[in-house]
Amino acid sequence: MGSEFGKMLELFISASIVNNFVFTRFLGLCIFFGVSRKMETAAGMSVTFTAVMMVSAALSWVVFNYVMVPLEITFLKIVIFIGIVAGFVQVSDTIMRKVAPGLYYKLGIYLALISTNCIILAVPLINAGEHYSFLQSIAFGLGSGVGFAIALLIMASIREKIEIADVPGPFKGSPIAFVVTGLLALAFAGFSGLITL
Amino acid sequence: MAAYHGKNWDLIKNGIISENTIFKLVLSLCPAIAVTNSLRNGFLMGVAVMFVQTMVNITVSLLKNFIHPKIRIPVFMLIISGWVTVTDMSMAAFAPDAYKQMGLYIQLIVAFASIFARAEMFASKNKVVHSMFDGIGMGLGFLFALVAISFFRELLGKGTLWGVPVIDAKPLLIMVLPAGGFLAVGILMAAFNWMNKRYMVSK
Repeated sequence: MGSEFGKMLELFISASIVNNFVFTRFLGLCIFFGVSRKMETAAGMSVTFTAVMMVSAALSWVVFNYVMVPLEITFLKIVIFIGIVAGFVQVSDTIMRKVAPGLYYKLGIYLALISTNCIILAVPLINAGEHYSFLQSIAFGLGSGVGFAIALLIMASIREKIEIADVPGPFKGSPIAFVVTGLLALAFAGFSGLITL
Repeated sequence: MAAYHGKNWDLIKNGIISENTIFKLVLSLCPAIAVTNSLRNGFLMGVAVMFVQTMVNITVSLLKNFIHPKIRIPVFMLIISGWVTVTDMSMAAFAPDAYKQMGLYIQLIVAFASIFARAEMFASKNKVVHSMFDGIGMGLGFLFALVAISFFRELLGKGTLWGVPVIDAKPLLIMVLPAGGFLAVGILMAAFNWMNKRYMVSK
């Protein structure tokens, strides 16, 4: 049990900081550049993302190991994982609207956006590829979500400042965001080697 | 075919220049940075995306009269993931080395907003031939962007092109690192904006 917990902690730190999804694996970039203009939206997005990621990691682990492996249909994993994630997002969208309308008004629009996002889909695919155990999958999903949240919040706070800065013409908008991300990625490269899996 | 020629050419030009997926729409960026540290990977990824985009456009256009508008989103997703699975499995069979490095990103083509958007906005409303050329155009634009990015990254980072040594030094090692990917895209995007502006003004 001790080593299982240690492995989970390792996966969590590795997914959130060392192999940060945005800065070293380049996933979820569309959302990353799309919603990092404002701190408030970025915060809402990160909360929703982390929750969806963890649950979809758990759900797809169950489906993968108890349905797809016995039936030998693992080659259909892309189709099935997309279905699971989209279905889960749709269900939580409906439930949230009924049960917690206040929360729905805050986070509802993000839910609709993320159903087909690559970062959400990548977590189950990596879990299946690496043969993680159930708890490890959850730790990995949580770590990825936290990592994404860190990246998004840092970026949002920088971009709020860039908005009022004097940027050279051709670099206005997306290009400057990319250059800033490059510098952040360089900073995060400093963590590499902290944990090697 | 000849009768459509002018218009088809416009479709392709549109995909490459005015609606270039990466430089103009800023969509589908994940692979643009992840696989572009060598020219070969960038090229293969571009071809894979072009193939999926074209085939999805053709399929959607062929089936457009049979898809009920209310369920079109899940149906499009199914069509896309079907073609991505085909690409994924053929890549694994024919280019195993490259697949080892970029397999995950090939599978993630399924989540490309750009492919879905073209199916929804163009292919579901237009004739098969036009949809095919639209797919080819968008794919070529993507391919062009990936090749441009990976050309600079491999040349500056490793001093090679397609694995062949070109210059005897590694001028900017940072270019092959993850950080370099973001920097390269940012600078190329700015250059693309600048050229577009010049071109538009001079016209």
